[in-house]
Amino acid sequence: MSTLSRDDVAKLAGLARIEMTEAELVELASQFGTILDAVARVQELNLDGVKATSHPQPLENIARPDVVMPSLTPEEALSGAPAQDEQRFRVPQILGEE
Amino acid sequence: MIFKNAADMAQALAAQEVSSVELTQAHLDRIAAVDGDVKAFLHVDQQGALAQAAAVDADRASGKAMSPLAGVPLALKDVLAQKGVPTTAGSKILQGWKPPYDSTVVSKLKDAGVVILGKTNMDEFAMGSSTENSGYGPTFNPWDLTRTPGGSSGGSAAAVSAFEAPLAIGSDTGGSIRQPAALTGIVGVRPTYGAVSRYGLIAYSSSLDQAGPFGRTVLDTAMLHEIMAGYDAHDATSINAPVPAVVAAAKSGNVKGMKIGVIKQLQGEGYQKGVQTRFTESLELLASLGAEIVEVDCPSFEFALAAYYLIAPSECSSNLARFDAMRYGLRTGDVDGASAEAVMAATRDAGFGREVKRRIILGTYALSSGYYDAYYGSAQKIRTLIIEDYAKAFTKADVLVSPTAPTTAYKIGEKVDDPMAMYLGDVATIPVNLAGICGMSLPAGLAEEDNLPVGFQIMAPAMQDQRLYQAGAALEAALSSQWGGNLITKAPALTGGK
Repeated sequence: MSTLSRDDVAKLAGLARIEMTEAELVELASQFGTILDAVARVQELNLDGVKATSHPQPLENIARPDVVMPSLTPEEALSGAPAQDEQRFRVPQILGEE
Repeated sequence: MIFKNAADMAQALAAQEVSSVELTQAHLDRIAAVDGDVKAFLHVDQQGALAQAAAVDADRASGKAMSPLAGVPLALKDVLAQKGVPTTAGSKILQGWKPPYDSTVVSKLKDAGVVILGKTNMDEFAMGSSTENSGYGPTFNPWDLTRTPGGSSGGSAAAVSAFEAPLAIGSDTGGSIRQPAALTGIVGVRPTYGAVSRYGLIAYSSSLDQAGPFGRTVLDTAMLHEIMAGYDAHDATSINAPVPAVVAAAKSGNVKGMKIGVIKQLQGEGYQKGVQTRFTESLELLASLGAEIVEVDCPSFEFALAAYYLIAPSECSSNLARFDAMRYGLRTGDVDGASAEAVMAATRDAGFGREVKRRIILGTYALSSGYYDAYYGSAQKIRTLIIEDYAKAFTKADVLVSPTAPTTAYKIGEKVDDPMAMYLGDVATIPVNLAGICGMSLPAGLAEEDNLPVGFQIMAPAMQDQRLYQAGAALEAALSSQWGGNLITKAPALTGGK
């Protein structure tokens, strides 16, 4: 039986930038055992020599011609912004005070 | 009029027996009458729809050449961006957001004169199989309002089966079109990966996501498929090839000499008795129409669910990083001195629901150093095995079939606290997504134990979508003549009256 502790979940939530209440952490930790057991089945087969597929289709980089195309105006681009200032996205402090 | 098929509505519009404004208004009236019970819509765009309809009527009156579905109304899953119309993907984190642009699917619909009635409810960011994970409350199955319509495109499926719209668009990452189509007794198709542009489709799992059509008949679904599919330079994974001739295939509907492969691993144990019975009967019917039934073995499918629930959460943990409270959507906790990181974390806590958080955390875990190879890496290898199983099976059969879902529609609330039980409902639909091929669900009848719709799934190789329609139309014609009409005509009447 796989398990993830409350502290493991708290660490993952931190990495994923999701603040969680104590109740949420405990609930998630309790559910993770069953889910991890189910997904861990991918380890049951011998997969040596099997190629990994990241995408169902062969992909190649596609570059369009370097021609100016219609795009959003600054007003449109900012239309959903939670806060804006002088035609820019206004964001909370991103660097420490020091 | 609203009880007709989309193809018949299109014909009546072309013959000017009805105007698009009248047809659109009739559907808006139906929505007003029944959507309080069904709750298929998150937003009804009455003004926009009527304006679009009036423009189509004016074009037609001026003698302009019209697209086949011009003037026919449609319900749009809220995962697709529509300029100026609230688009939330069922999430509180996008409440009130109005996209400044149209998704390619919406542009194509508008160009074809298809009238967009509004945005339909869905599991938040398409993560779920019952529409109960919506941030705005569940949708109810028109066949039995105590049950779920399936998901994640439950709102779109319910809208079509409740006659609120003749057509709808959903998206299918692990079965999210086919499973709700099965549970509501209609037709739903997940086209080949890359056949429909993902530009403006809010991403859940980019290597699996694909938008597709819902209709009450195979032909209606094909007509919408033909309009929404096609190459798009805005999507780097878009396939640059002609759209398969799905409408012609739906009109021909012939399975004589067609080899139909039954996947051994997708039936039997775990499948409800009535589901299995209707599935077997449909197979016998196909055989009686001249199809050759063979059994095919896809041993790696046993591991598909496990692989999916690693790959999809991994991709979602990356995709949903864009909801960072900086450029659009919700922002909370932005008090003086709060860091960007704290605002981000508080916003994502407030804006995301339980299932979304669960999948982001699971994906973060599967991708974290030390676990990457064991989880995500192994899942990607299973994905290769599934592709190989399909390739082998398609050397023996033209199409493959299975029940769409192991059970009929379940009660609202029944599985909401047991995520693993919910995930198991996707067992038969997920392999298609992992392999990037196409699949259809169409009604196979009602299960005798609960009188609820059962779905029959057809799968075809990539860019052979026309085979789905060819086989589907043949089965539909045979079943409808047994039933004396579409299965949906057997659905109980809603408050709006018949």
